[in-house]
Amino acid sequence: MIPDWLTPAIMTIVTASTPLVFAAVGEIMVEKSGVLNLGVEGMMIMGAVAAFAIGVTTGSATLAILFGALAGLLLALIFGLLTLNLRANQVATGLALTLFGLGLSALIGHAFVGETFPGLPKLDIPIISEFPIIGPLVFGQDFLVYMSVASVIFAGWFLNRTRWGLVLRAVGENHDAAHAIGHPVNFVRMMAVLFGGSMAGLGGAYLSLAYTPLWVENMTAGRGWIALALVVFASWRPGRAIFGAYLFGGITILQLHVQGFGVAIAPQLMSMLPYLATIVVLVLISHDVNRFKLSAPASLGKTFHPSQ
Amino acid sequence: MAIRLEPRSEVAQGMIYGSPLVAVAATLVSGLVLFAILGVSPLDALFTFFISPVSSLDGWTELFVKATPLVLIAVGLSFGFQANVWNIGAEGQLTIGALAGGGLALLFFEAESVLLLPAMMIAGILGGMAWAAIPALLKTRYNTNEILTSLMLVYVGLLVLSWLIHGPWKSPDGMNFPESRLFHDQATLPVFVSETRLHIGWLIALAVVLTGWIVMARHIIGFQVKVIGMAPMAARFAGFNENKIIWTALMISGGLAGLAGMIEVSGPIGKIQPMISPGYGFTAIIVAFLGRLHPVGVLFAGMLMALTYLGGDAAQIELNLPNAVTGVFQGMLLFYLLASDVLVKYRIRLAPSAPIISKTGPSK
Repeated sequence: MIPDWLTPAIMTIVTASTPLVFAAVGEIMVEKSGVLNLGVEGMMIMGAVAAFAIGVTTGSATLAILFGALAGLLLALIFGLLTLNLRANQVATGLALTLFGLGLSALIGHAFVGETFPGLPKLDIPIISEFPIIGPLVFGQDFLVYMSVASVIFAGWFLNRTRWGLVLRAVGENHDAAHAIGHPVNFVRMMAVLFGGSMAGLGGAYLSLAYTPLWVENMTAGRGWIALALVVFASWRPGRAIFGAYLFGGITILQLHVQGFGVAIAPQLMSMLPYLATIVVLVLISHDVNRFKLSAPASLGKTFHPSQ
Repeated sequence: MAIRLEPRSEVAQGMIYGSPLVAVAATLVSGLVLFAILGVSPLDALFTFFISPVSSLDGWTELFVKATPLVLIAVGLSFGFQANVWNIGAEGQLTIGALAGGGLALLFFEAESVLLLPAMMIAGILGGMAWAAIPALLKTRYNTNEILTSLMLVYVGLLVLSWLIHGPWKSPDGMNFPESRLFHDQATLPVFVSETRLHIGWLIALAVVLTGWIVMARHIIGFQVKVIGMAPMAARFAGFNENKIIWTALMISGGLAGLAGMIEVSGPIGKIQPMISPGYGFTAIIVAFLGRLHPVGVLFAGMLMALTYLGGDAAQIELNLPNAVTGVFQGMLLFYLLASDVLVKYRIRLAPSAPIISKTGPSK
């Protein structure tokens, strides 16, 4: 017999993992082009607040999702202009993006504290969606969950099977060589940065529209940074990123359920699990210096000067 | 016609100090727009935000109180940032330092000893160092990115704080509020301007600025840090021990962040409570950049950033604006600073759009 709690538990893991899938896949594309955008947290929280504000005022989930992605994209545009056009330090600019996003989202969200959003409609196919476990899991999710899976497939296909994917990887591995054979380095990077921004915005939108459906200051709670760690964990491969995202979603939900079962551990100690797991995973992936260097894009984080 | 960046043959010394001023000016102009959008009179709001908090002696002492942790942390961070060691977990190191120092105050609650405060300071420094030692160890032993590990430890540190004050350290006579007992006088930093909150922590911060300045200018470590930042290959050829620099940078920044935490709990706060810092550890990153990674610059940048905290409070009380405005101002300032820093290395030219092969710029 299947226990009653199993299906809802798996469903919540999906909900907890989806924001990470979006953000990690977006950042993989960015880093593959040789740009390190540490502002994922800021872009996510802006996506969350924009989606929630539009969702509450218009009542339209579609508009909310669109504006969530747009907010992430606009923040990414600032990052792109600063690092690509004005050649600012990528680490510092990424941090600025996060600090600015957290501040601005709190300012915008101030008016929406206490409001609620009905959540996203879920797919509901008669009979099929009612199969035990598989039914709701595969045929009973909301639109964004399917889109997150599609984005992983798209990113994998784009990077490995298309001409522009090859150009993007070339730009990320050696921007001088790519420039020398005539590829528009900064244009490719800007497109990747904007894609990453809108994906982070979608991840944030999912948090405030589906995961909690309400607005809380700082509600991303480090998920943007966990997504950055997932990129390393995944060795910059989209397929592994979705696996990692579900692993972390699972850990997040596990610690909530352990508290529910009345295990006598302080809730704060359990809440540390996702963060500690992130550190452990990073150590495991990074300790082999040679393998790490092989999978990381060679020009990652380096500023491109066309004339040199 | 197109705007073109032409590399300067030498870094423009004047712009190194000019660009923070450009950034501050741009932030103020954007502030006018922001306040207009928020529906308050822009000039009044700017006055409330930036002038009224420091129009009295009281205001200045409050400014120094807020600047103390910012300056302490940013001096440490700028040391690491110069050597490309990115400790962005100062908020966590501050928290653990506060817990280590404050924990001592709770442990020797009834103690009547003048040694208690110095012991708390040492405990605070060691606490911050211990928290920063984790990313240092993982970076040097396992090649793990210190940005991500130090940041993850911020969340862990805040959870340790929450656990302690909800559990073992909760005040027995605090009506079940999640906070510790109020420290005794022996564990509280003395105030040196009477009838204000200005405590000796500010003097410590000034001493740290002076020491940092001397170390950067005169000590071999300061020289090595600068070389690693400017020419990593040269540093490697010269045989500088990279791991030693990573450890030194993280120990200095962690220790100072821990000290800042201890000073917060034994100075203005006087107990351990759920929120010890309104993000000083993160704001200090902006302070370090705005201060040009130089201890003296950090001192002035720290005071300016402290003003944005006071301004946020004033705007909340007098204009009914959410005090998140502070965060927006801080973020904007860093954006403008990074943008105007382009002037340090490049000349901006309005040029015909035909490509011109430019001279080799300063190497980076």
